[in-house]
Amino acid sequence: MCLAIPGRVVAIDSQDTHLATVDVVGVRRKVDLGLLQDAPPVPGDWVLIHVGFAMSKISEADAAEQMETLTMLGEAAAALEEVRGYGLENEVPDYSTRRWKQ
Amino acid sequence: MKFVDEFRAPELIAKAGEEIRKLADPDRHYRIMEVCGGHTHAIYRFGLKDLLPHNVELIHGPGCPVCVLPMGRIDDGLSLAAQPDFIFAAFGDMMRVPGTHGSPLEYKARGTDVRIVYSPADALKLARNHPEKHVMFFAIGFETTAPSTALTLMRAKAEGLNNFSVFCNHVTIIPAIRAILDSPDMRLDGFVGPGHVSTVIGCRPYDWIAKDEGKPVVVSGFEPLDILQSIVMLLRQLRNSEARVENQYKRVVPWEGNRAALRAMAEVFELRPYFEWRGLGFISQSALKIRQSYAPWDAEQRFTVPGVRVTDPKAAQCGEVLKGVLKPAQCKLFGHECTPEQPVGALMVSSEGSCAAYYNYEHRKPISIANAATH
Repeated sequence: MCLAIPGRVVAIDSQDTHLATVDVVGVRRKVDLGLLQDAPPVPGDWVLIHVGFAMSKISEADAAEQMETLTMLGEAAAALEEVRGYGLENEVPDYSTRRWKQ
Repeated sequence: MKFVDEFRAPELIAKAGEEIRKLADPDRHYRIMEVCGGHTHAIYRFGLKDLLPHNVELIHGPGCPVCVLPMGRIDDGLSLAAQPDFIFAAFGDMMRVPGTHGSPLEYKARGTDVRIVYSPADALKLARNHPEKHVMFFAIGFETTAPSTALTLMRAKAEGLNNFSVFCNHVTIIPAIRAILDSPDMRLDGFVGPGHVSTVIGCRPYDWIAKDEGKPVVVSGFEPLDILQSIVMLLRQLRNSEARVENQYKRVVPWEGNRAALRAMAEVFELRPYFEWRGLGFISQSALKIRQSYAPWDAEQRFTVPGVRVTDPKAAQCGEVLKGVLKPAQCKLFGHECTPEQPVGALMVSSEGSCAAYYNYEHRKPISIANAATH
């Protein structure tokens, strides 16, 4: 939860401009940019992500360092699992409540 | 071990260690508290203690949100989850934290709809995806995660989504530091300040620690070199009888913090008159509650919460460990009744808890970077 995950902003969502697709070592997910609204990042910028929200802009070198820190801390896998989970991508469909025919 | 090979700049590490030994007055005993659980984890993981002289002691602080949450709050949150068509959503860190009648994971095994989310925004998405159910997000964390919960509540209100609420357990770091400094059995010389909390609150909120308490604070990054440099900066101030707030983590932490995040918190939260912390007891104005203007999205205002209070197991000495009075291994339950696999206290659950960190890295004695440097 307290992991800070570095990612590169790839594209701003055309419908929800507070959302952006961010790339974290090849995994792409939507994160919320709302906490950086005073100086919104643009594609190509690097950000530190906490619980699905970009919290600060950082340099590319610092992003690489942060990823290395996570690796050294043994947290890189957990960080990637977190990123993969953003947007409920891993949500198991709950068939018990799904209405198949309206 | 792999992390030893991957270690960056071992010569700089050795230099920082040397500098620390030079700066530390052999006639003094230094007690430095690292406030943040992330730092505690890094210190054990890298065996940084082995690089420090014996008279520079690191005391582990209260900055692990899972660890300071009293069991009664978990019981309260889980009791709400018993309602029909109810989803209890929380971060993965919460899942194994024991409540009186089991952890969220054990409730899940017994049929409660418990879901792991990685972001409060995803709990909101769950509510959108399941309009027939109520989704309650069990929010924990210091100022690092509180702004994200705030923004999520702002979005829920803007959308008029009425099947979503937050059970708010957000706490603030400054009153906890004050409580520790006020504690009579505690003597500290300085603080390694939390890195990511400071990204939000900036460095000014620590001013009083330097000005009123006369103790230096250095906000620090999480790499081994960051932490050692911060200790160098603290010892330098102590040698010169100075007490200032310094920022070692300038590459991420702006002095003024993140104003947009602070605005979101101010919009949604107000201070609770008091809140119970595990190990530290009741601390006034130390936690956040959801404002009246967001009442429909506040689980505590929307539902009847039992308000359970649970005393910790008598034999467990989480409180003393949390305050830094006892080392993890000095607790009677450490390593026998209480292990990361079967935790009794919360300090053993989270990887940022000092007991789990101590158990994983110290108790099992890995190769530390200090040993590796001599290879």
